[in-house]
Amino acid sequence: MAEAKNRTVSPEARRPLSPHLQIYRPMLTMMMSIMHRITGIALYAGTLLLAWWLIAAATDARAFDTANSILTSIIGKLVLLGFTWALFHHMLGGIRHFIWDTGRGMDHPQREYLAQATLIGGFVLTAVVWVVAYMVR
Amino acid sequence: MSNDPNTMRTTVRQVRYLGSAKSGTHHVWHMRLTSFALVPLTIAFVWVILSLVGKDYNTVRSALGSPGIAIIVLLFLLASVYHMMLGMQTIIEDYLHTPVLKTWSLMGNTFFSICIGLARVYAVLRLSFT
Repeated sequence: MAEAKNRTVSPEARRPLSPHLQIYRPMLTMMMSIMHRITGIALYAGTLLLAWWLIAAATDARAFDTANSILTSIIGKLVLLGFTWALFHHMLGGIRHFIWDTGRGMDHPQREYLAQATLIGGFVLTAVVWVVAYMVR
Repeated sequence: MSNDPNTMRTTVRQVRYLGSAKSGTHHVWHMRLTSFALVPLTIAFVWVILSLVGKDYNTVRSALGSPGIAIIVLLFLLASVYHMMLGMQTIIEDYLHTPVLKTWSLMGNTFFSICIGLARVYAVLRLSFT
């Protein structure tokens, strides 16, 4: 009877499933994987900002000054700070993937170190760029 | 691919011997290719932007329009727009399963990427040639 009843369910639904995200305890490597996607999406949206700035520069001095005054306001600077961090975090995440592509760095301590290096490296590079930006300004 | 509830045949069994799509690794390879190019290009681009911080309109205009910088910026813009289109495609395929929503999103992703790519390249070229 149970067998006959089961036949109405698709074979995909009857196969066992691997545990999904909410089953796992949050781990650094998992968080970094999620952050890689989120920073990717943020950078995708950020292209609008860069396009706007480039088009303003290509238009005239007035459009450029308007764009610059918005981007150098406090909110503008916060957005650009986030943009810088997302860019470096995503770039270092990509380098981590290159290391994995060679078959290295996938064992327990190494992958944790790589995750930590990506996280810290992203903040350090962002800080360096912004310190330089304030120095050359 | 059939979702016939009255068969125990796996989806792989149903498509085996029908021939491969012959483009299985294309996506991941292009992702890696653009990633690799984007490491130096991103650093170069950030360098360019840093050199323009606080500069007036004419300086920024002539810098972005000068051949060396324009070429670096254009390479960065082209590699990044293709990279982000591939990335967003993966995200859509991973999370959107309704056929209609998925198809519209994939189309939207392609159109957005082409528009943003063209607009940015046009802006840099205009700075170079006017």
